[in-house]
Amino acid sequence: MSATHLVGVDCSDCSDRALDYAIERARDSGADLLVAHVIEWSRYSFSTAAENEQRHKRREEELARARTEVIDPVVAKIREAGIEARGVIRHGHAAETLAKLAKDNDTASIIVGRAGSSRFKAQFFGSVASSLVQIADRPVTVVP
Amino acid sequence: MRIIRILTAVLATLVALPAVAQDGIDQKINNAIQPIADAVTSVIFYPIPLGFADIPFVLVWLVTAATIMTVYFKFINLRAFTHGFKLVRGDYADPDAAGEVTHFQALATALSGTVGLGNIAGVAVAVSLGGPGATFWMIVAGLLGMSSKFTECTLGVKYRNEYPDGTVSGGPMYYLSKGLAEKGPAFAVLGKVLAVVFAVFCVGGAFGGGNMFQANQSFSQLVNVTGGEASWLADKGWLFGIVVAALVGLVILGGIRGIARVTSKIVPFMAVTYVLAGVVIILMNVGQVPAAFGAILSGAFSPEGVAGGFVGVLIVGFQRAAFSNEAGVGSAAIAHSAVQTSRPVTEGIVALYEPFVDTVVVCTITALVIIITGTASAGVDGVQLTSNAFESAISWFPWVLTVAVVLFAFSTMISWSYYGLKSWTYLFGESRAADIVFKLLFLFFVVIGSSMQLGAVIGFSDAMILAMAIPNLLGVYFLLPVVKRELSEYWADLKAGRLEQN
Repeated sequence: MSATHLVGVDCSDCSDRALDYAIERARDSGADLLVAHVIEWSRYSFSTAAENEQRHKRREEELARARTEVIDPVVAKIREAGIEARGVIRHGHAAETLAKLAKDNDTASIIVGRAGSSRFKAQFFGSVASSLVQIADRPVTVVP
Repeated sequence: MRIIRILTAVLATLVALPAVAQDGIDQKINNAIQPIADAVTSVIFYPIPLGFADIPFVLVWLVTAATIMTVYFKFINLRAFTHGFKLVRGDYADPDAAGEVTHFQALATALSGTVGLGNIAGVAVAVSLGGPGATFWMIVAGLLGMSSKFTECTLGVKYRNEYPDGTVSGGPMYYLSKGLAEKGPAFAVLGKVLAVVFAVFCVGGAFGGGNMFQANQSFSQLVNVTGGEASWLADKGWLFGIVVAALVGLVILGGIRGIARVTSKIVPFMAVTYVLAGVVIILMNVGQVPAAFGAILSGAFSPEGVAGGFVGVLIVGFQRAAFSNEAGVGSAAIAHSAVQTSRPVTEGIVALYEPFVDTVVVCTITALVIIITGTASAGVDGVQLTSNAFESAISWFPWVLTVAVVLFAFSTMISWSYYGLKSWTYLFGESRAADIVFKLLFLFFVVIGSSMQLGAVIGFSDAMILAMAIPNLLGVYFLLPVVKRELSEYWADLKAGRLEQN
């Protein structure tokens, strides 16, 4: 069985570069890619009753949008390059969820773009890449 | 652009309602509502003679039910306490359901509807009427109320409606009608009747305690902190009402979720600030804490100078606890129903924390602060008493408290507008027109509530919210075996380790 690399993607340019890098690397080593998109979500957030009533429906919509706009095009692009790819969508904290996905699927490494968010935001909330480097239990490649 | 259009429309409607702001308009509205308030109050609080004093009917009803459920479910309020914490923490959450409404979120949403003025103003009313001993009975009522909440929230999830478009809604309207229908045709009729009566009272409660009481008390605190009688705001209740109504309108009519989101971030923060300030004041006077607990205990059984003596103080404590945590009233079952779970009983167990946090923790802190600072004898009540108590220890705290009170009131109004709306559409059918009519009425009552004096409002709001307990608990009695079955199966799975834990 060939090795798998996990690639975290969102809709930004950075993750496009991370994706290109992952494709190159997979091609060189004959590896597969697992593409993950994490929808930022916390089980401890506060919401109104009216929002809770709609939540299940909204979640379905979020998943559908992530599938058609993010995951499907990316998986198609990878397969066009002749590499086997699988896509997953998860709700949760981006870095934690990616680390867990990598562990559960026993991927060889995790590849992410450097910044999905602005520098200002990263100052306050930390970036996905830097938290991932802190918590992941396998090699992380951060693509600038 | 849409926001501005909505704002203009809402403002125009609201300004037209109280007509021109003349002096004495407060008094006119108050006089008009007073007879209705008195009539409703006299039915719900029908005095039942008990030894030396009369006890209001609805309190006997609530406490009896809470006690029966505590015994019937073998002290579920105590034995499921630690498991409830694990559920809230997400230990048993299905990872594939990430993104759905969690136990924590359902609990937090329900709490934001109950933590608020009841804990700040209600406790002050209890201590000023019933002395320190009222606190003891509030805590007892809180602990028993956990079992009522457990039962009604389990039922709320079990009999909720899941619509094809993916939305869910539940509450006593649904478990009374669907739950009793399972027991046979005669029960089906009873269930339907109870559901309708519940929905009518719930709409009333939404306008009363969930709205007018909130507007009234937050305005009262605002006047108090800006200089009392001499304040520029003192006779501008209508103006405050219009501003609050406009903001509530933006959320419930305009669907401006930003405001709701900001509130839902700030409200927990204010709640924590309030509790911390209370704890700090208690710690600053830690030497007096044993004496305060002594006063609470001795006052509970042999109160001095309280009308009705022992029964009098018990009534005051129970009444304020019931109004604060709403256990047995059925409102929370509406808020808890949206949770994602395949085991309804898990949400019941999580709901145990609601009366615990609301009454046992927060109310006790407020009461201790009032007792320790010795401000209860100053002749004021309601939120002003709590404000004075905090002020005597932290001089600038009334300002923080004012912000907290207004925000709590705001979030409680948002919650109750939802409860009221669900009941309203249960009665009149789901339609856009029914929806809008309810919401406009709701905003109108915000203005009325700010313009009325405390006496009429508090009587009316108590009565309407507590009245919901009558159809609710009557139906719940018949459904107790259903909850028992769910609980036994779940508890057996839990003990046998058949539940997946992460």
